[in-house]
Amino acid sequence: MEEKRKGAVLFSDYERGSAIKKLRDLSREDILFELKESKLKGRGGAGFPTSTKWMLTAAAKSDIKYVVCNADEGEPGTFKDRVLLMEYQALIFDGMVIAGYTIGAKNGIVYLRGEYSYLLDSLETYLMKMREDNLLGKNIAGKEGFDFDISIRLGSGAYVCGEETALIESLEGHRGEARNRPPYPVNTGYLGKPTTVNNVETFASVTHIVMKGGEWFCKHGTDKSTGSKLFSISGDCSRPGVYELPWGTTIQELLDIAGAENTKAVQVGGASGICLPKSQFDRKLAYEDAATGGSIMIFNEERDMIHIMNNFMEFFVEESCGQCTPCRIGNAKLLEGVKMLESGEYTFKYINKLKELGQTMQVASKCGLGQSSSNAFLSILENFKDEIFNVRKGGNHGN
Amino acid sequence: METKEASRAPVSQKAHIIENKDFEGKIGGTVSIEINEKKVQVPLGTTILDACRKNNIHIPTLCHHEDLCVAGVCRICVVEVEGMRTLQASCAFPITSPIKIKTSTPMVRKARRHIIDLLLSEHYGECYSCVRNNNCELQKLAKEYGVDSYTFGHVQKSKYPVDNSSFSVIRDIDKCILCKRCVRTCIDLQEVGVLEAVHRGHDTHINTFMEKDLADVVCINCGQCINRCPTGALHANDPSDEIWDAIDNPKKHVVIQTAPSPRAAIGEEFGLGAGHSMTYQLNSALRRIGFNAVFDTNFTADLTIIEEGTELILRLYKAVVEKNPQIKLPQFTSCSPGWVKYLEHFYPEYIDNLSSAKSPQQMFGSLLKTFYAQKRGINPEDIVSVAVMPCSAKKFECNRPEMTDSGYKDVDYGLTTRELAKMIKEAGINLPEMPKEHFDDPFGDASGAGLIFGATGGVMEAAIRTIVEFVLGKKTEDVFEKANVLPVRGFEGIKYVELPLGTEMGPVPEIIKHLVPNWDWLKGVTLKVAVAHGTANAKKIMEDIKAGGKFSECHFIEFMACPGGCIGGGGQPIPTSPEIRKKRAEAIYAEDESLELRKSHENPNVVRIYEEYLTDGPCGHISHKLLHTHYKPRGRYIA
Repeated sequence: MEEKRKGAVLFSDYERGSAIKKLRDLSREDILFELKESKLKGRGGAGFPTSTKWMLTAAAKSDIKYVVCNADEGEPGTFKDRVLLMEYQALIFDGMVIAGYTIGAKNGIVYLRGEYSYLLDSLETYLMKMREDNLLGKNIAGKEGFDFDISIRLGSGAYVCGEETALIESLEGHRGEARNRPPYPVNTGYLGKPTTVNNVETFASVTHIVMKGGEWFCKHGTDKSTGSKLFSISGDCSRPGVYELPWGTTIQELLDIAGAENTKAVQVGGASGICLPKSQFDRKLAYEDAATGGSIMIFNEERDMIHIMNNFMEFFVEESCGQCTPCRIGNAKLLEGVKMLESGEYTFKYINKLKELGQTMQVASKCGLGQSSSNAFLSILENFKDEIFNVRKGGNHGN
Repeated sequence: METKEASRAPVSQKAHIIENKDFEGKIGGTVSIEINEKKVQVPLGTTILDACRKNNIHIPTLCHHEDLCVAGVCRICVVEVEGMRTLQASCAFPITSPIKIKTSTPMVRKARRHIIDLLLSEHYGECYSCVRNNNCELQKLAKEYGVDSYTFGHVQKSKYPVDNSSFSVIRDIDKCILCKRCVRTCIDLQEVGVLEAVHRGHDTHINTFMEKDLADVVCINCGQCINRCPTGALHANDPSDEIWDAIDNPKKHVVIQTAPSPRAAIGEEFGLGAGHSMTYQLNSALRRIGFNAVFDTNFTADLTIIEEGTELILRLYKAVVEKNPQIKLPQFTSCSPGWVKYLEHFYPEYIDNLSSAKSPQQMFGSLLKTFYAQKRGINPEDIVSVAVMPCSAKKFECNRPEMTDSGYKDVDYGLTTRELAKMIKEAGINLPEMPKEHFDDPFGDASGAGLIFGATGGVMEAAIRTIVEFVLGKKTEDVFEKANVLPVRGFEGIKYVELPLGTEMGPVPEIIKHLVPNWDWLKGVTLKVAVAHGTANAKKIMEDIKAGGKFSECHFIEFMACPGGCIGGGGQPIPTSPEIRKKRAEAIYAEDESLELRKSHENPNVVRIYEEYLTDGPCGHISHKLLHTHYKPRGRYIA
């Protein structure tokens, strides 16, 4: 085990169970108020305001509601939830209990990615301990009528199940495929009941917000991206790993922290994110600028951009759930385009058609997967066109 | 119907009506929206697609089907909604707020064209060699959007083998566009659940459980998937080449029986709207094609009523009078081969509730190669017996090993309405222009009771017309106006009717006098009957029976595998919709009402066959040998 991490928000000190005990003196409105104050946005990547999601779920009329923790950390290059799941269980589970209290749910489910099954035992042991300490179960922390428990379910390795409606389908025992929205999970979620699905890191942030307040949280980060973020840094750098940094950190600052040299490109947001060249390293990591669920991949001058493109497109061809046309076939066509670029057997006319196709995929796909699957292709093509079109000469460059 | 919800379709696929808890208390409200800058009012919860269609704005669709729940997967119906970053699938978007919709912007048109181009790039095969040429939704869209080249290429190699293991349904997955209509038809509409998407990403395709052949899974052969497939990925196993060979072979005596439902629908294949009955034009067309004799399946439908009705009376007698605990009630109809196979797979423990009477097709088959062969002096070996049916399951039925009671294969070929239309066109005949001709003897024309077998409730109505007269000694017209048994008609999924028989009984008719002495034992009895169409509804009844609910107290239940009954069968013209099925049924009921002969037992040819051939009467030894059969408990799990 590495030494205790230090950080301003998420990695700041927290005594297990203390936020749950604080609920004795807080109403659900108090929590929603603090959340709203904190301007916390979903840490999975989409950045939906957590207070709104919880408010809608709290307002939905139903005796049965669910809290779901999305621990299907599947975005290539992300491994920050694993750190939380291994070292900060209290933050996550206490956050889920707070969610249950706030929206009026009695059941919480952790959807744990199949590849993390080795964490299952320690998580189950921790939950048992919470039950022993009355942090789960009936009349939690002595609060009359406050019942909540958490179960853990394992995913089976499909990337799309990180999309909340596909995750719910998977939880119900069906093929992991995104649902039509509306209706949204806040109304019609798991088993048709109002459900709030939040990322591991979101729950962890909530726990700190309940302890220290929304105002404190806002002191970190930027005006529109409050708090801090866990970044999973990988690739060509000497100090890869998980870092807690305030939102608003620039890419260059982050590269310096990670010890990256001769950096050519940074993929922000994993396979579904965008690839930025050196000229954009002054951009800020924030919802309003370069948004990310935490994945930062660093590529140095020796890397071949077409190879990177190829890698991402192969990923999507395989990981599309296959239900909607733009994503299922569109990604395969983009991959074909990458192969053309690689071999030099392409025409500009056709590559432009693929660009248009990529734009259609962004607006016409059914879920976030398809809508973001062409980002890497489009951004690499745009930001590294000199390398792609000039370095690889030969073939038919006409038209 | 108050029955237990027995569906096993995923919740997400059950969203016929898009649920939104916010609607509570607002049902019936309307919302004002703008479509292409025109203000319209629509009921809250209407989909964008329906709102547009009601306002005569065309939106292309592929995965959408009126009979099925929402999928939203093909994305061809996308539109722009002001304020939303992405395009919205109009079929899947319930309107709950005053939105502004644009249906034909550059972004929308480009997206639609892209989607068509993408689908075409993976759609293996050529239109001119496709069974759905000129009736293909993808082809139609390609035309609509002016596709003149394959923007993203075109697949040159077959990816999946054709599955022609089934007698009924052929799967050519290379032509599949993954709209999942078949999946939704199978699991949601029919609740059979044979088809599902398998694998992921670009490798996704539709397959069966464990990717077995269709013949080796619990497919009931209803062919409803075929009717809803937008392309040629699913089609029926077509025997028309063999039939042409037989027709062209001078040694063969080729006969054909026509069922009522194909006659009510085949006009659609010739450009007529739904609901034009072609019964008598078809006779002349079939003779022109070269069939040696043309028979009316309704004759054996009438015979079915006598046999199945007698069986019911005997079951009731043995249960009520003899108190025989072995007798299984309610008696289930057995004329729908899709339903029979459904029961064999999913409720094999109820096999003895099925009437042992064969379906009209198979009764005709065994009589043609015995009675008819003898009467005409033809060697049964030389008879080729064809049945034109609205049904794909009839192809399986005629190939059941037990259907050889004549000593030969009783019915050689089951032909669908679509396949017959193709044969007629191939022969250069324009069906609607053909003169009207009658059926051939010795079976001749049949009663309207046989005719209405085609619509859900028809078998029950035909049975009731005969039972009323047999038991009460009254004219059916005195009990039901114009002998129309309206309570069992209509498209409600499950119909339940009680018929108090009263205390005034008639004499036992001659034909069954040797079986029951009198009707005294039926005095005061209330006959309870039910009708279900579509196996999803059948399942509801079966689950109720299992739980000892009200349907377990029924005496007789009509089950049809297909929604709407045979008129909505898997061999009928494509497309299908509730409206089309309604019109086909209307055509059948109108033809019934136009006939003088409307009760099975009054059919003189039926009376004669009991005198001449089936001499020991209904459910006698001869009839048992030729007109009755047995079933096979198959279970859900097939090795």
